[in-house]
Amino acid sequence: MSIIYLLIPIAIALAGVAIWGFFWSVNNGQLDDLESPAHSILYDDDEHLIPDDAKPPKPADKQ
Amino acid sequence: MCCPGCQAVAQVIADGGLENYYKHRTSEAPSPDSISASEQLQAEFELYNHASVQKHFVAELEDGTRQATLVIEGITCAACVWLLEHHISSLEGVIVASVNLTNHRARVQWDEQKIHLSDIFVAMHSIGYQGHPYHPDKEEQLLEQETKLAMRRLGIAGVFTMQIMMLAVALYTGAGTSLETDNENFIRWASLALATPVVFYASRPFFQAALRDLRTRHLTMDLPVSIAIGGAYVASIWATVTASGEVYYDSVSMFTFFLLIGRFLEMKARHRTGKAGNALLNLLPASAILYTDEGEKIVAANDLQQGNRILVKPGHTIPADGVIIKGSSSIDESALTGEYLPLTKREGDRVVGGTINVENPIDLEVTQVGASSQLSSIVRLLERAHEEKPKVARLADAVSGYFVTAVLIVATSVGLAWWQINPDHAFWVTLSVLVVTCPCALSLATPTALTAATGTLRQHGLLITRGHVLESLARATHIVFDKTGTLTEGNLSLQSTSPLAELTARECLEIAASLEAHSEHPIAKAFHHISQLTQVSAAEQLKNHVGQGLEGYIDGKRYFIGKPHFASQFCDTQLEFADAPDSQGQWLLLASEAEPLAWFGLNDPARKQAASMVQQLQKMGLEVQMLTGDSSAAVEHIARQLKINTVVSGVSPEQKLQHIQQLQDNGAQLVMVGDGINDIPVLAGAETSIAMGSATDLAKTNADAVLISSELMRLPQALRLAKRTRANIRQNLGWAILYNLIALPLAAAGMIAPWMAAIGMSASSLVVVGNALRLTKLDRSDRLE
Repeated sequence: MSIIYLLIPIAIALAGVAIWGFFWSVNNGQLDDLESPAHSILYDDDEHLIPDDAKPPKPADKQ
Repeated sequence: MCCPGCQAVAQVIADGGLENYYKHRTSEAPSPDSISASEQLQAEFELYNHASVQKHFVAELEDGTRQATLVIEGITCAACVWLLEHHISSLEGVIVASVNLTNHRARVQWDEQKIHLSDIFVAMHSIGYQGHPYHPDKEEQLLEQETKLAMRRLGIAGVFTMQIMMLAVALYTGAGTSLETDNENFIRWASLALATPVVFYASRPFFQAALRDLRTRHLTMDLPVSIAIGGAYVASIWATVTASGEVYYDSVSMFTFFLLIGRFLEMKARHRTGKAGNALLNLLPASAILYTDEGEKIVAANDLQQGNRILVKPGHTIPADGVIIKGSSSIDESALTGEYLPLTKREGDRVVGGTINVENPIDLEVTQVGASSQLSSIVRLLERAHEEKPKVARLADAVSGYFVTAVLIVATSVGLAWWQINPDHAFWVTLSVLVVTCPCALSLATPTALTAATGTLRQHGLLITRGHVLESLARATHIVFDKTGTLTEGNLSLQSTSPLAELTARECLEIAASLEAHSEHPIAKAFHHISQLTQVSAAEQLKNHVGQGLEGYIDGKRYFIGKPHFASQFCDTQLEFADAPDSQGQWLLLASEAEPLAWFGLNDPARKQAASMVQQLQKMGLEVQMLTGDSSAAVEHIARQLKINTVVSGVSPEQKLQHIQQLQDNGAQLVMVGDGINDIPVLAGAETSIAMGSATDLAKTNADAVLISSELMRLPQALRLAKRTRANIRQNLGWAILYNLIALPLAAAGMIAPWMAAIGMSASSLVVVGNALRLTKLDRSDRLE
């Protein structure tokens, strides 16, 4: 059981890292807008990011 | 496409390759008036390039680029955000453009060498959005800090509670069996390390509030909460240090976490409507046309001085209070008075900054600017009303005040008694008294019921922004409505046409629509939907007679429309208002040079559900009143139609406030429903206030609740739910007190082991939460509607 002397401090340190990350995101305004990012995944505006050979065969839109 | 404005917007969007907007938008965008930025607008936008204007809202970054926050009007859904971000980012010289959907603000960073701020405003305008510079006021900055602090507290409590629970599982399962004492002590010390930030950082608001309670001698739930958290924490430290007894770190942190969630949600709802803090500022135009020795010059409205002479063109907002020195026009004062019909103003009449000049250019001499203008005085009235707002005693607070005192007295006397009998046990028994009477159930009783009911009402279109609303709705005895925009639709519409000559009603309508097609007067707008379908050729040589009507030529024939004696001035028979088909509403006469052609009846109709809502409210025993600044015959007509008996008409905002304060002084529990800026003081002064969804942002921020859907039937439903909520809270409090009455003597007698206390505590909390969840559904009769 002496492994807990190592594991629990590691767990506490990880929690500390999580808190640091959370504070950073709050202070940075990452959580200011909780609505629009949920929609942004739905926009098909990433066509220029898809490699040409991976595009579906049908002709691309005029964009 | 409904109009050229929409078509032009669509063209810009398609040219920019942004058609995706149409694929993803979830709500219709409002129709823009026109998109080609007019000269005036262009000049106004260019004002934003001046360094003196920019210093208020633009920051220069280290790399020489500039950054500003803008408030954007017209955002309806996430697709708007996408469209704005893509359109603005594609401009040459714009480095970053990010738009926040929640508070409608855009952060733009640009390179001044390549693009000017005015170009960004023009680009926004070309896709149908209005940008304004955003200057955060002090209050808003505070709100933002408060939100961020609350989130950090929630984060600390959440993450550490999970860790402590994990350790607690080890302690529970290992208790008394396989766990070695050394290990157990180590886990306790680890829990202590994790619980300390929760107690000292996350639950600080409770301790602060408890201290405040003690100072003001007004006990609330915060005191027992603080005692429970502090007491259990201190006792657990004692147990950890002496390696004896029980530890309660898990209960402490979980309790803190759940209470913080409740408070956070409550705070969010309160802030939700606060997003347009400087809405009033936006009412004043940014620029004004000033007469100087060198001719006309466009200046920033803020730079106007008393005594300046300015020109206000038709369709523009008047930049400051003043007196007309040349010209006459009609002025739309709806922003101030809520009335939709413009008033005719002539030379020597006073006009108010923030109102809109409708018909003709006028010259003004500025009499008052800035803080002394009338618009600002409404804001001051509002501040006063806020201060005088009656303090609502909260049911739970009243109960908990007594409860807290009782618990403290009992705990002390139990402690003293055990000290006499057996000093070794005194501390632990006193603690178990405090834990067993832990105010969990009691302190959850009110918030859970309120949260459930608030959520239900929000789903049905009533957003509650302040905590006392449900309680005071349940107690309401009087409900007072504003007329225009609340009980009525808030705009004129064509009700009837009665032709007088051979022409059919349709032909008369088309002639009228053609005459009125280019006027922005509210009366003319009632005809605009017809002019899109009309086949009659456009009217020529249109002439506007202020306060009288219009004349113009269609196919060479001269027509008049407006007040009867004006329209029929060349006819054989002179007509007056008395000749109109009836005396209700507003009548317009259309006439040619030879004969009167038709009467048009215009009216501001009551909302569809208004009558049945009033009936339901009266059936529930409430006194329904109407309070309006309007003094026309329409008031009585609406009152009769809706069967409202008490009507106060033709009153100023000050008198409205007086009226409701008088009612409240006489013991009325009052609910005020309104929408305009003129209603703001009275909304703030009423015990409970509800703003319509179409209300001005400022009215919404100052109301306790917002009827988002503008469906009036929600009001009686909300009142019924409020009554059920009150009953529910009472049941919860009753249960919590009953539980405590049974558990307290047992604990005082030293008969309850800590694990029994913990189970009892959780069970009583679960009962309370389960009971509150019943409020997530409306009454069966309400659901069917």
